[in-house]
Amino acid sequence: MKNGNKVFLTIVSCAIGLLWVVPYVWIIVTSVALRPDAAHPFARLGIDHFSDVLSQAPFGIYFLNSLVIVAGVLFLQCVTTTLAAYAVARLKFWGRDFVFLLLLCQIAIPNDILLVPNYLTVSKLRLTNSLLGIMVPFFASGFGIFLLRQTFKSIPRDFEEAAEIDGAGLLRKLAYVYLPMSKPAYAAFGLASVCAHWNDFLWPLIVTNSDRVRPMTVGLAMFATSFETGARWGDVAAATILVTLPLVLLFAVFQKRFVESLSFSSGIK
Amino acid sequence: MTRRGAREGLLGWALVFPALALVGLFTLWPLVQAGISSLYRNDLSTTVPQFIGFGNYKALLGDRVFWKALCNNLVFALATVVLSMAIALCFALLAHHARSGLKPSLQLAWFLPTVIPMVAAANIWLFIYTPSYGLLDGTLKAIVDPVAGLVGLPGYKDGNWLGNPTSVMPSLIAMYVWKEAGYFMLFFLVGLERIDRQYYEAARLDGAGNWTVFRRITAPLLMPTALFVLIISCTTAFKTVDHLVIMTQGGPDNASNLLLYYTYQTAFSFWDIGKASALTVCLLALLSVLIALNLRYFDRRIHYSD
Repeated sequence: MKNGNKVFLTIVSCAIGLLWVVPYVWIIVTSVALRPDAAHPFARLGIDHFSDVLSQAPFGIYFLNSLVIVAGVLFLQCVTTTLAAYAVARLKFWGRDFVFLLLLCQIAIPNDILLVPNYLTVSKLRLTNSLLGIMVPFFASGFGIFLLRQTFKSIPRDFEEAAEIDGAGLLRKLAYVYLPMSKPAYAAFGLASVCAHWNDFLWPLIVTNSDRVRPMTVGLAMFATSFETGARWGDVAAATILVTLPLVLLFAVFQKRFVESLSFSSGIK
Repeated sequence: MTRRGAREGLLGWALVFPALALVGLFTLWPLVQAGISSLYRNDLSTTVPQFIGFGNYKALLGDRVFWKALCNNLVFALATVVLSMAIALCFALLAHHARSGLKPSLQLAWFLPTVIPMVAAANIWLFIYTPSYGLLDGTLKAIVDPVAGLVGLPGYKDGNWLGNPTSVMPSLIAMYVWKEAGYFMLFFLVGLERIDRQYYEAARLDGAGNWTVFRRITAPLLMPTALFVLIISCTTAFKTVDHLVIMTQGGPDNASNLLLYYTYQTAFSFWDIGKASALTVCLLALLSVLIALNLRYFDRRIHYSD
């Protein structure tokens, strides 16, 4: 490519990049800018909005709830998914391909659309307004099974057979052969899962009706919609940042893994 | 069957059972459940659900809001899919060809919106669209007013971006594209990186220009990626309604209502479970082609890799 072209493209890229960041900058500025009052005649910066938010709404509880939901879902997904993935990758049994196809349905049918029937199920199980009720529809993951099955298949059988000769049972084989050799797949799947369930909103909104069990996203929505638009900008901006920050940090640390997670899901690896 | 085979079969079923039971209860059974409960009248006025055949569907056919939400959703899907895919492809090409020092920053800037919750993005854009004090009106005012003053025209009139039936959809589409384009960009980036450099070198030797290289090499080889992104982006456009809860509640006068949000309102604001189930069935029928394509995509990949 010609040099002039290259410079032009760099400028265009930077300009669009900056444009994309404007909303963030705006919300950060809004969250730390304080309006002038009697004691302080000039606008200034401070963290007052953040302390206001924490004193007005139980964001500590919301945070813990989100943490429990994300960790609980991830843990159980890893258990059910590892077992099922091993079965469809390594064992021969009647109906296997059909079972696998049924499991894949979970990737294709978006869960959000099923919120009415799922609400009926969860309320029949008497799990509404509980953390378990928020988590239970996600304890299995078709995507996870798909990803791990592909990975498990690529592990040479020799490793498994060597472990068998040493007398290892199924759980030991999974823990000492399959799990360590599939770490990138678990990491990719884990990041996608954490991201999805931290951000999930409509389902927990429907299932919960008290602060005791609400996650961050629902708490933020309750907080933001409880004021007249524009009345408490600084506070809502601060709350928005509190909800967003954990994921932004996670992303900053694992940026490469995120990209990997997508290449796992989109391409033939 | 040998004993070993029987044992393996038993073990296989035991291992898939937990996952299969969960998927069955929360993904497969709901399809049946939605179908069944759509045939019953089940709202606040009925104590026991009452069988009414296709009554709920008939009611939907005459429901102005249903048709409005359906049209809105089709417009929303078409606009967001076309715009976010086009922008995502441009982003991927720009990032792919950027200097190595610039690439991570560009990726970060474009991808970050997809990491944050939709509710948070909706809050941010609510500020942007707020009449007169918002970022958009503020910026436009700062640009338009001096120019208008110079040529003697009236100054900038504040836009009621989310409160006006004609501007509410474009405003939501812009927010959505900001949020989703980066996600699709990553798929395209992965696709670009997978294209063998030899093709480009050969094309250069033949003296092919940039446009020819894109049209003859990059575009065809990106096709599989683009198809995958198309399926995902279409599906997402029908299942994402979090922003409506924060920004418009489907208003003004249902101008921004979407099918899933209307389903949510019908079920949990009006407590008409029968009609909401009928809406769920309609939504599933509408997405059935996408669902089938998605399933086929994953199914084929299994057979390729086996």
